[in-house]
Amino acid sequence: MGDEPLVRWDWIWRNWDTGRPDSILALLESHIVMAFLPVLFGLLLAVPLGLASARWRWLYQPTVSVMNVVYSLPSIAIFIVMLAITGLGQATVIVPLTFYSLAILIPAVVDGLTSIPDHVRSSAVAMGFTPLRRLVRVELPLAVPVVLAGLRVATVSSISLVSVGALIGQGGLGYLFIDGWQRQFTTPIVVGIVATVLLAVTADGLLVLAQRLLTPWRRA
Amino acid sequence: MNWLIDFFSNPANWSGPGGIPVRLLEHLEFSVVALLMAAAVAIPLGLWVGHTGRGSFVIVVSANAARALPTLGILVLVVLLVGVGSTWPVLVPLVLLAVPPILVNTYEGVRGVDPDLRDAAYGMGLRGPQVLFKVLVPVALPLILLGLRLAAIQVVATATVAAYVGLGGLGRFIMDGLATKNYTITIGGAFLVVVLALTAQAGFTLLSRVAVSPGVRRVR
Repeated sequence: MGDEPLVRWDWIWRNWDTGRPDSILALLESHIVMAFLPVLFGLLLAVPLGLASARWRWLYQPTVSVMNVVYSLPSIAIFIVMLAITGLGQATVIVPLTFYSLAILIPAVVDGLTSIPDHVRSSAVAMGFTPLRRLVRVELPLAVPVVLAGLRVATVSSISLVSVGALIGQGGLGYLFIDGWQRQFTTPIVVGIVATVLLAVTADGLLVLAQRLLTPWRRA
Repeated sequence: MNWLIDFFSNPANWSGPGGIPVRLLEHLEFSVVALLMAAAVAIPLGLWVGHTGRGSFVIVVSANAARALPTLGILVLVVLLVGVGSTWPVLVPLVLLAVPPILVNTYEGVRGVDPDLRDAAYGMGLRGPQVLFKVLVPVALPLILLGLRLAAIQVVATATVAAYVGLGGLGRFIMDGLATKNYTITIGGAFLVVVLALTAQAGFTLLSRVAVSPGVRRVR
């Protein structure tokens, strides 16, 4: 490497916001879209699937087994398969990451629902709550801490996994790794790593904040 | 399905330095060494923090931030800095990937032991280290093994990235297939990775059947 410094600050300033799709800001933006949509879709799917698995216990084991297989698929391989199905676009990355999120979130939803003590459920029934109202007003709010713990892991993993998409040309900040590797230039790589971690830490902090707001009884 | 048959029935894929047996062994070598190194760091640290309660906040926060480290970025950075001479650059991102799940589960396992049980052990006259190794570790073993299992699956699936910087392993098939648009090879390589990951998973499930004390198993 010789005298080349690890980070060239002037490169960062020049490429921060050039208006082109490979500027750091534009890459960050597409990274955010491709990392958060899968977690959002994953959550929307995991709640009904988790409810079904908690209600009919025999569903749980097969669901978890399928999700374990999904989780062991190398992401780059699924991206390539998706390339053949959807062509190259953000969906090529978003669809597989949705499945990874599901693999983390379904067990979290089920654990959250089954962690509710029976006497709480019985109290709700005794107070005249209909099953739907009991679910929305009592069971789902009480499941929030466990579900959010899963959501934190899913969000951080998703943010970290998006960059692998750069190998097929759709990876947000991951582009900086490929660019840096091809030009044997460390600055973009360091920028990519630092930006990814900062993004994850920020998202994680917001989720911790959300948990505090959603579970006021825990602060008492 | 036809792609899989094409891949496995082609004798060229079975022989020589780029054949399936050699690539499988390389992949296994990366994965096992990375997992052992991660366990050597994460298990003692998790036990110590869980037992003494010192630094637990730091552990939880930094483990979650470490999950955000993009494997591809770390890999290309390490290789650019030290060169491709040996296989150890690939171990850096893999160890970083494996430490958080092992550390968090070991810590949670030890911390989650019923305080009554811990007090009873002290009451019987056991000293700190004896309590840790005779009571806390056996009771926390299911969670410690769960952490190792999760880490193993992730390491096996992610070791494919090594091929991007010209190292071996099953990722070679995936990357070569991508580069030459020969998706038969890609699918075949991905299939082998999944089989390896599921084998690791089955291995750890079996290990936890054998290693976990029957008394602990009944409680869970």
